[in-house]
Amino acid sequence: MKHIWLSVGILSVSSTGIFAAVNTDTLSRQLEEVVVTARKSNEDVIPAQTLAGDELQRLNSNSVADALRYFSGVQVKDYGGVGGIKTVNIRSMGTNHTGVVYDGVELGNAQNGQIDLGQFSLDNIEALSLYNGQKSEILQPAKDFGSAGTIYMKTRTPVFDEGENYHARATIRTGSFDLLNPSALVELKLGQRVSASLSAEWVNSSGKYKFRYRRVNPAGELAYDTTAVRQNGDINATRIEVNLHGVLNTGSWDFKAYNYNSERGVPGAIVNNVWRRGERIWDTNSFVQGRYTGYFGRFTTLNHLKYAFYRTHYVNNDDKQVKIDNLYRQREIYFSSANEYAVNDFWNISASYDFMWNTLDADVYGFVKPERISQYLSAATALSFGRFRCQASVLGTFIHDKITGQQAPADKQVFSPAIFMNGYPIRNKDFSIRVFYKRSFRMPTFNDLYYADMGNSQLSPERVTQYNIGALYDHSSCSLISAVRISADAYYNRVKDKIVAYPKGQQFRWTMLNLGLVDIRGIDVTGLITVNPYRDLFLTFRAQYTFQRAIDITNPADNYYRHQIPYIPRHSGAAVANAGWKGWGLNYSWIYVGERYNQQENIRYNYTQPWYTSDISLSKDFRLGKVSLRGLIEINNLLSQDYDVILNYPMPKRNFRVTLTAEI
Amino acid sequence: MKLIHFFFFLPLLTVATSCREDELVVPSEYDIIGDENHTGSIRGFYLVNEGNMGSNKCTLDFYDYHTGLYSRNFYSERNPEVIKELGDVGNDIGIYGSKLYVVVNCSHKVEVLDAVSGIRLGQIDIPNCRYVRFHRGKAYVSSYVGPVLIDPDAPKGAVYEIDTLSLSVSRKVSVGYQPEEMEVVDDYMYVANSGGYRAPNYDYTVSVIQMVDFKQVQQIPVGINLHRLKKDRYNKLWVTSRGDYQSRPSRLYVMQKKPGFNQMIVTDTIPVACSNMAFFGDYMYYYATQWNNYTASNSITYGIIDIRTKEKISDNFITDGTEKEISIPYGIAIHPETGDIFVTDAKNYVSSGTLYCFTHDGRKKWSVRTGDIPAHITFLQK
Repeated sequence: MKHIWLSVGILSVSSTGIFAAVNTDTLSRQLEEVVVTARKSNEDVIPAQTLAGDELQRLNSNSVADALRYFSGVQVKDYGGVGGIKTVNIRSMGTNHTGVVYDGVELGNAQNGQIDLGQFSLDNIEALSLYNGQKSEILQPAKDFGSAGTIYMKTRTPVFDEGENYHARATIRTGSFDLLNPSALVELKLGQRVSASLSAEWVNSSGKYKFRYRRVNPAGELAYDTTAVRQNGDINATRIEVNLHGVLNTGSWDFKAYNYNSERGVPGAIVNNVWRRGERIWDTNSFVQGRYTGYFGRFTTLNHLKYAFYRTHYVNNDDKQVKIDNLYRQREIYFSSANEYAVNDFWNISASYDFMWNTLDADVYGFVKPERISQYLSAATALSFGRFRCQASVLGTFIHDKITGQQAPADKQVFSPAIFMNGYPIRNKDFSIRVFYKRSFRMPTFNDLYYADMGNSQLSPERVTQYNIGALYDHSSCSLISAVRISADAYYNRVKDKIVAYPKGQQFRWTMLNLGLVDIRGIDVTGLITVNPYRDLFLTFRAQYTFQRAIDITNPADNYYRHQIPYIPRHSGAAVANAGWKGWGLNYSWIYVGERYNQQENIRYNYTQPWYTSDISLSKDFRLGKVSLRGLIEINNLLSQDYDVILNYPMPKRNFRVTLTAEI
Repeated sequence: MKLIHFFFFLPLLTVATSCREDELVVPSEYDIIGDENHTGSIRGFYLVNEGNMGSNKCTLDFYDYHTGLYSRNFYSERNPEVIKELGDVGNDIGIYGSKLYVVVNCSHKVEVLDAVSGIRLGQIDIPNCRYVRFHRGKAYVSSYVGPVLIDPDAPKGAVYEIDTLSLSVSRKVSVGYQPEEMEVVDDYMYVANSGGYRAPNYDYTVSVIQMVDFKQVQQIPVGINLHRLKKDRYNKLWVTSRGDYQSRPSRLYVMQKKPGFNQMIVTDTIPVACSNMAFFGDYMYYYATQWNNYTASNSITYGIIDIRTKEKISDNFITDGTEKEISIPYGIAIHPETGDIFVTDAKNYVSSGTLYCFTHDGRKKWSVRTGDIPAHITFLQK
């Protein structure tokens, strides 16, 4: 069967001949497989990076954000610890340009446009993919054509072998930071065509860790050396997720209900004389979403429906500061219909329409309670002639905002085109060359527009133009070197009308303006090689390197004109070495982030040192009767480097974690 | 197998690019200004850069009239052993006797240095401290949060009294909401209350503290969201209101005592916006930065007021057009002998600012790069 999948391009995933041949019993399984395994053959159109399965589990990662550090072109902003906020910036374009898709539907945050990826554990994540530009399918929600780069998180889907009716898995993790993290997964076969899964997780951690600040004077003498314990970084969170999967005669459906509840301390910046702060956040994120896919001859339809409710309660208890106790409530209704038609063997067309309704309510004085209706309309086409493929799309976005007590800003319309091309110059298809051009934008968030005293309702969308050229060599064989994959991409991005905070009057008062212009040039290189030197011994090496020159070219009069933008290193990279032998797994990973500046001006006072950490893990799989067990021990920051990712947010020294998983 | 070499080479390549070194204490930087003055009684001046909130980048600069050298980040060089340097968000500076006091707002402390050498003598922990003034051997510091008494959700501010010999708090008194600047006239202290944490219900009063028993005896209604409060050579008080940033604009009020009475009353409301001011002779030099929602830009004004007549006599004290270079004026000071006018530019709050020195007739003499948000200046006597 695999042969078929590999030879079927994305352009013909929906073509009828193939599905007609598959009986419905195994259809759901293969449908899911196509997403995972088909990537191998279809990722050519866009540079895509994927981490999945065992490799993902062994990567010493607490959360999705930690795992994303192994992708090239990605910078993770990490405020430290288990509960610290972690956001992702793809190719220096800014966090708000990054789309995050969870099982087919984009996660939204109309309030600030940023998704905290520290909240997503890897416990039930099966695959993690990063797409620059957009996913190379034309059958996708219109919104998926919109982001400048997208991270797709895919949870585990039940796959039952003959005679199996259920799976169960229980995991417990513990380690540094007083971590206690049990989780459970149950998968049930409810019938010939319906399966269900229930996943639940609890994370509890004091968030306490030791960190150290040490300074020497220019003569090399010790100036100060202090070690303290991070305070107020505790977290107590639960996640419950229910999934239903069904197969129909001419399609399939999924349903998901998700609930995340947390109470967290906000550790805050470590500054002189302040080692503890009193901010706390309670988050409740809930959503339900459904998907229906139908295949009717040459026509395929993909439909999504989602309702989300997010509640954030923020309290500042610090008696030295202003008392804050605010409750924010966001609601989202989302509907999407994507439809594709295969005109002939080499030509497919699609059209998608998405509708989204967002509101934000807060008990803040003078709050305008914004309400937004967003409509997305996309048209796309894909062509495939032997060794050449091409995809083009255009997205129209229509935004209407309504606010109480003030006149709403004018409606906004933006059109964003994209074109992706891929070709195999050599007959054997090991080597390919790809190019893409994409324009995209981000809407100003509710905070940018309406935040008390700071928002500016006159903002226009922030625009990005991307140009990318790259090459991929991908070869598998049964010899000593069983797989080799090397890719290199060079890109040029331009961020226009960047939304920046601008000082307003006196006293740390700010407003938001469309002021910035950023010029980004970068190179991403990734490589993977699997060696099989001895019968059961497999060695895998994975490496990525990113070069980025992202400079601010807003105004020649600024004293940071043509300086590298904050927190973007020129050089960064990661390397992973993995050895597997008869149920044993040894993993070593190394992450490097080069020197950066913590403010716009590239001067000594803003210089931030490079950091590099080594993580190591050892795992062993064994069986006890019907139960398969896995033990995993991880040591992170092996050399105990004292570093800050963000200025004044110290990261943990050496720490460890032990995981025990039992599965039936 | 050549490919394997490539993979090992890749990390090595980045290591070679740059490695982590010992973190150095931030060193001082010197600029040659050359504006030397050996004759007067002023040795130099200190400038506090506030630094953006959470950045811990409050720094101290010093200009020396003997050498003509401007030194940035003077504090860390003199006090390398202080953990996390000067602190987060400087808010005021003052010299009294041989000591220099730096109020560091978000580090909740007043740092005390030797005024000549800049060597640290100690610190006084005061929560959310704002401004410092001196009177009869004591330092007085206003603080946004006083003791929590009646309403824990809206604690009133306080003024702390510090003994300048023992560097400890000797007394404190509760005043209005979020007090800012203060002055002492005839043994009464006047404190401008802002109520900035209570927007839109700003405070609108000046608290009067009787210094003998350190008690608040009166609250005089003046205007909403008060900030600056400075006395001139005639013991009149000049008080600014920030307004509500929307419909009610910034204003300047004058308070003085009626002849024969001991009570300050508001005598004038001058219809100009005022963010900060400095006195020289019979004149007050001021600037105002106000956000204009309509044009989506800051409107910046400068002016001179004759303090005897309370009339505006000039629309600008910068006469050579340099004001066009200044994006956000953030501090003002006047050399007490030469009358040179100093104006700081905070730019975008998160990059180095600029200090401008103008001659008394408003022509630019020199300018220098400072730390982030240059704001408060005090002159050091010889």
